[in-house]
Amino acid sequence: MAVLPALPVAVPLVVAAVMVGAGPLLRRRVADTLAVATAAAVVGIGAAELAQTLGGPVVTWFGGWTPRSGIALGVAFVVDPIGAGMVTFAGVLMVAALTFSWRYFETVGTLFHALMLVMLAAVVGFSSTGDLFNMFVFFELLSVAAFALAGYKIEDPGSLQGAMNFAVTNSAGAIMLLSGIGLLYARTGALNLAQIGTTLASTASDRVVTVALVLILVGFFVKAAVVPFHFWLADAYALAPTPVCVLFAGLLSELGVYAIARIYWTVFSGTFDPRTPGFRAALIAGATVTALLGGVMCVLQRHLARMLAYATVSHVGLTLFGIALLEPEGLAGATLYAAADGLVKAGLFVMVGIVAHRLGTLDELELRGRGRQIWWAAPLFVIGALGLAGAPPLGTFVGKALIEEGAKGGRYWTAALFTVVSALTAAAVLRVTARVFAGWGAGEPITGEVPAGGGVAPASGGQVAPSAGEAANGGGEVRSDTGAGHGDEAQERELRVARTKVGPSMVAPALLLLGGAVAIGLVPGLSDRTVVAAARFADRAGYAATVLGGAAAPAHAEAPTSGRLLEAAPWTATTVALAAAGAWLALFGSRIPRALRRTGARLAGPVVRALEALHSGNLGDSVTWLTIGSATFGIVLAAVLR
Amino acid sequence: MKLVDYLPYLVAIWLLLIGLYGIVTSRNLIHAVTCLAVAQSSTYVLLLSIGYRRAATAPIFLDVPLGTRAVDPVVASLALTDVVVGSTVTALLLALAVQIHKRTRTLDPDQLRSRRD
Repeated sequence: MAVLPALPVAVPLVVAAVMVGAGPLLRRRVADTLAVATAAAVVGIGAAELAQTLGGPVVTWFGGWTPRSGIALGVAFVVDPIGAGMVTFAGVLMVAALTFSWRYFETVGTLFHALMLVMLAAVVGFSSTGDLFNMFVFFELLSVAAFALAGYKIEDPGSLQGAMNFAVTNSAGAIMLLSGIGLLYARTGALNLAQIGTTLASTASDRVVTVALVLILVGFFVKAAVVPFHFWLADAYALAPTPVCVLFAGLLSELGVYAIARIYWTVFSGTFDPRTPGFRAALIAGATVTALLGGVMCVLQRHLARMLAYATVSHVGLTLFGIALLEPEGLAGATLYAAADGLVKAGLFVMVGIVAHRLGTLDELELRGRGRQIWWAAPLFVIGALGLAGAPPLGTFVGKALIEEGAKGGRYWTAALFTVVSALTAAAVLRVTARVFAGWGAGEPITGEVPAGGGVAPASGGQVAPSAGEAANGGGEVRSDTGAGHGDEAQERELRVARTKVGPSMVAPALLLLGGAVAIGLVPGLSDRTVVAAARFADRAGYAATVLGGAAAPAHAEAPTSGRLLEAAPWTATTVALAAAGAWLALFGSRIPRALRRTGARLAGPVVRALEALHSGNLGDSVTWLTIGSATFGIVLAAVLR
Repeated sequence: MKLVDYLPYLVAIWLLLIGLYGIVTSRNLIHAVTCLAVAQSSTYVLLLSIGYRRAATAPIFLDVPLGTRAVDPVVASLALTDVVVGSTVTALLLALAVQIHKRTRTLDPDQLRSRRD
């Protein structure tokens, strides 16, 4: 069926338009059902595409504008298994998010559903298209819908400000992206990805191409929230309504990383191939810093949603690491890791939404012991933490193992990085689980002296780690018991009325998402298939031949991956042990000898304060770092691609 | 290429940098959004100058002989799309700024930051 790839874009857009038009006439439950059904249809179509594209990408030229003698004239959708996987993945997350909003919102207009569906259509278009400018248009459609959704709670100033910062920073990134696209067009006269790649591969590259590469990558770095382009993320993710957080955490950042992979392999891999070591090192450095900084910031948070927002930053760094290896195996690992990790984080956001819904706050210390009334949620939190740690049977384990395999010579460094970073984020979630559900550790904020810490989780424990925005309010000053800023108050306002039973429509999405993450780890043959799909994704010449010449996709041999998993097992055990130890330290840091604690606090204190001051959530700071980051990245690439 | 041929590119770079500078130093959200629009306009200049050809007409081939030199219509349509995108973003951001002002009675990002805590 030739129209199949266009359907998951067209159907949500049409339904969204109908919903806006018929808004006042639609009953709430009718709108909910229609939206969920549309998202489910996208899942179905995505799965069909997935099955169809296993043998090679499916190319659809709209309006019959097929290439004439190898020159692309029209706009094409090129769906390969990884793109189709993104479509399915986006649909699953959307089903979960919309199901969750069934009960989460007391009242909600159809505009919310319409925005969600527009976002879904944009994600699908973005992952399906084979045209660079088309990619930009879907990217912007996605962004605008996301800005509006991030600021959906217009009664909450914190949320509005987060949306403002999100929108301005991402738009600045989009301007860079478009400039890069313009420069590529100026050099190659093409907008089709395959065409640009072919033209670039046959000519000597020059400064203009390097500048275009820098601008395009910066545009996607902002979306993926790679350090130092990540300053907008925490406020936008943590203060948005929970169903929106589910999508953002699972989808938005992963999409930026997907775009980096797609652009590199289809467009630039031909022209930069002999010089990749320097490029690779630059990307790996960025990914490593992102993973580590995100992990540390995650541990420092006491606001649950903010903690998960930084976990997102950190794990996007890990995913980018897989891509930055510039090896098909790393790409395959990153694909599986991103999918499983996105599901885990989305599931954790659902659980956090349930906590906010039932208990009325998201402040870890205030919540101490209060989770007992929803004790059944604790195991789901633990599963989420294991997912962050990359433990089997969750899919993150398989992804991690493949990335480590792809690192080849750098295998030990890679495994060590994954161990440290996953242990940090998993420890943060385990700490929250133990404090909220078992009542372990300190509860009320401790005023006065700089508190305990040291070891794996230097600044948690009894320490009051103010959320990032509060740092501006003057260092160690600890506010009274108002929780973590306006975000909570607004969440409280929004949820006060609806705080009744939790209900199956809230638990089912969490089970669906976490179950999905387990399924990725358990489905036999999935990793082998992904390796083949990634090899095809990375085959620029094969891609171009399929798109421009209509040739059949070249075959790629399957290589069984099952043996590789064993090598990753000891590292994973270490990760889980470290995470548990870190959580224990954070909760019972007061039992450590006083002298040791003092030293730890003296060493970690200034760093922690500097990090918090840095993450001020200020619009100007965010754009300053965007400028500095682009300039630095540009200089580095100009040096290594000389 | 003569120096004058570089001029549009220099203008585009200047617009981007001055726009970003404006956002970074802005003390008012409306001003910041306007600066973003200035930065956005650098892409219009860039795209149109990429497609420019000397002594060429607009790409409308209704009553001119075939083979007449015309400027590149592709970048013109890119710029048009970009205008639409830019105005959507600006409108949304201004709406957010209005809401922020309604809730907090200020548009100064620094004051907003201290109120949020």
